[in-house]
Amino acid sequence: MKNYQGDDLRALKVAESLQKSIPPQRKNLIFFLHEIQKELGYFPEEVVLQAAHYFSVSPAEIFGILTFYSAFKLNQSCIHHIKVCQGTACHVRGSEAIMKEFSRLLGLKPGGIDSQKGVCLETVNCLGCCAIGPVVVVDGKYYARVNLKEVEKIVAGLSARENSHGTAEV
Amino acid sequence: MEPLKFNLLKDLKTAGQGSQNGSGPRVISLSAASCGQASGALEVASAFESAIKELGLEDKVKFKLTGCHGFCQLEPDIIIFPEKYFYPLVKVENAKRILLESGLNGRFIPELGFKDEGTPNGVSRLEELPFYQNQLRWLIDQQLDLDPLSLEDYLKHGGFQALEAVLSELTPPEVIGEIVASGLRGRGGAGFSTGLKWKLAREVAAQPKYLVCNGDEGDPGAYMDRGILESNPYSVLEGMLIGGYAVGATRGFIYVRQEYPLAIERLDKAISSLFQAGLLGEKILGSDFSFELELVRGAGAFVSGEETALIASVEGRRANPRQRPPFPVVSGLWGKPTVINNVETWANIPLIVKKGAAWFSKTGTDKSKGTKIFSLVGQVKYSGLIEVPLGISLNEIINKIGGGAKSGKKIKAVQIGGPSGGCLPAELFNLRVDYESLPAAGAIMGSGGLIALDEDTCLVNLALYFLKFACDESCGQCVPCRIGTQQMVSILEKITKGQGELADLDLLEKIGSTMQQASLCGLGRTAPNPVLTALRYFHHEFEEHIVEKKCRALVCSDLISYVIDEGKCSGCLLCLNSCPYGAIEIASSGLPQIKLSSCEGCGLCSSVCPEEFQAVKKISGKDRQQIQLRPDGMS
Repeated sequence: MKNYQGDDLRALKVAESLQKSIPPQRKNLIFFLHEIQKELGYFPEEVVLQAAHYFSVSPAEIFGILTFYSAFKLNQSCIHHIKVCQGTACHVRGSEAIMKEFSRLLGLKPGGIDSQKGVCLETVNCLGCCAIGPVVVVDGKYYARVNLKEVEKIVAGLSARENSHGTAEV
Repeated sequence: MEPLKFNLLKDLKTAGQGSQNGSGPRVISLSAASCGQASGALEVASAFESAIKELGLEDKVKFKLTGCHGFCQLEPDIIIFPEKYFYPLVKVENAKRILLESGLNGRFIPELGFKDEGTPNGVSRLEELPFYQNQLRWLIDQQLDLDPLSLEDYLKHGGFQALEAVLSELTPPEVIGEIVASGLRGRGGAGFSTGLKWKLAREVAAQPKYLVCNGDEGDPGAYMDRGILESNPYSVLEGMLIGGYAVGATRGFIYVRQEYPLAIERLDKAISSLFQAGLLGEKILGSDFSFELELVRGAGAFVSGEETALIASVEGRRANPRQRPPFPVVSGLWGKPTVINNVETWANIPLIVKKGAAWFSKTGTDKSKGTKIFSLVGQVKYSGLIEVPLGISLNEIINKIGGGAKSGKKIKAVQIGGPSGGCLPAELFNLRVDYESLPAAGAIMGSGGLIALDEDTCLVNLALYFLKFACDESCGQCVPCRIGTQQMVSILEKITKGQGELADLDLLEKIGSTMQQASLCGLGRTAPNPVLTALRYFHHEFEEHIVEKKCRALVCSDLISYVIDEGKCSGCLLCLNSCPYGAIEIASSGLPQIKLSSCEGCGLCSSVCPEEFQAVKKISGKDRQQIQLRPDGMS
């Protein structure tokens, strides 16, 4: 067996400790993956293999689930999550222009990751805060009625808390 | 808490509610669902709590964090009971004043109240606000002074009386008979009779049977279910318990989309408190009925809202829908009979049991009974969650409750039913909102998203928006949906870029009708609706994009240009300094001009131009072509 080190070892330890509290029934699989996502922020290959073994399914099955649902990420996670709501109410109030401005200021495409700064620019289908749109969520903090000028402030605010870790999962 | 027995519930019943009927201290109720919290409700709450402590008013007023009050646009808002004084957009610095003058002394503070051009003198009480008139709020009114996290508070508001009545007085077929007689139909949008669904599941011999609450509210622009789950989770759980007894199910699942973290948190707490109180688990309230309930968190897939896909997801698989029949009432979770109802449907059950089917069915139309919650959003003056009797006209919703257009521009359409629904034009606003009238016009009732669109919305762009959504969310199993959505997206993209042909419009209709007939599940069958209704009612907008290269709403970025109106420009040069592309130069007049060849159309110049000038404008069609033809390419 491969001798795991560093991050890989930590990831496996996380998976193993979750196994203690989550029985390997198929209906618990997605919950198990949610917990991994929460702890690690992404799915390294070893963890995919480990989960497959634990739930007695093929790694392809796990991979299929991970790529199907938008909650799961396969790549190293970000420190800062910027989520621009793309719900219909936000859309008709100009969320497309808001996204473009974030893209421009961060030099990222929607869905892009700035691995140096740990910033992810993400879209989200609808946060259900439609009366106060356009809505942007940065590291769990909601910004309501965002306009173009505010985008700059939000981006400037990011570097101010470069060292703080994102908490809320949206 | 000791396990509750029948008589304990009876004791609590007599404890009464206090605030609503005028006895006891005043209640200050602060809206703190997700929209409230996004607007600063928690900061306001701590200001109130510390002021109450500081002034020693713990016995004189009661401060409550509640769920949604409905008028989401004015969050955080405060309602003071029993007077029902309403304060919108409450700020931390006003907390003490509201506490002392209104909470303690019962005097309204006019300058902090609601006021707008329609009500120039301001209004003090909730019922006087135009937004709250013309509604019928059976469900939302329960939330106004209810602590969503307190089982005790729910019981004091008459909670679990319906369950108690059912367990002690009615047989399961009698319960089903009552729900059938009420005429309640699925609030998720399809509108199947809830009672009949229960009956079918009860009649299947297979055991065990399951219940599912579908809280995968995926329609962008709709958040009725989030409102209920965050504001009155116990009502949904009580509905499921009654359903479990009626159907003969022993186990239930509540599936909530992961984009609703607060709803998940509150439900989780509510479920544990019910297990502790003996309202879930073995021998509930001392009866022979046992029921288990589990919360399942979605993982971000719109198609999970389709019932067979939802089943797959609860079972721990990819949310791929499957062919029906067999319907879930026959073969659902793990092949067993499963009743799947939407959040709002479940929340209506305790109400029907308590007040009776005859009472419930008095409201509504012939075939659509009761009330429905809608999220009224978009370009209306007042937006939020509204609850109206079925059969109300769109006109009443948009122009009375919503107060008409926000901007003074005309509301030209309403999008109803999200990506599965359609856009109905203002000419059809006399249409009744019920399960029959809307499909006849090409839209659907849907789960309750109602998005008002004014002249600044481009219907072609909106059709593209919905198709992109459906394309992203298509599970990819069946060809009509997988390929159809992709093809429709690429045709619509062509049109919004000014590269479309008139023949494309026929092609859109052909692909759309194929998808409607041949797709495996509801997602694919309804995905073309936004395009087909837009083509039916707004054909001219598509033609303009194709023939005149014009976007009348000035939205489609490839068909518009920004220009500076020299007559309005003050020469402050804010635009020039903010332009990230260096596309603004100073013309011989000394005023800034936009060089079209360098402009990327980000619109920053327009957003920094001071409101009193509004000198940056957008042009499209003929005006734009004339400027493009000028040799200097300057506006």
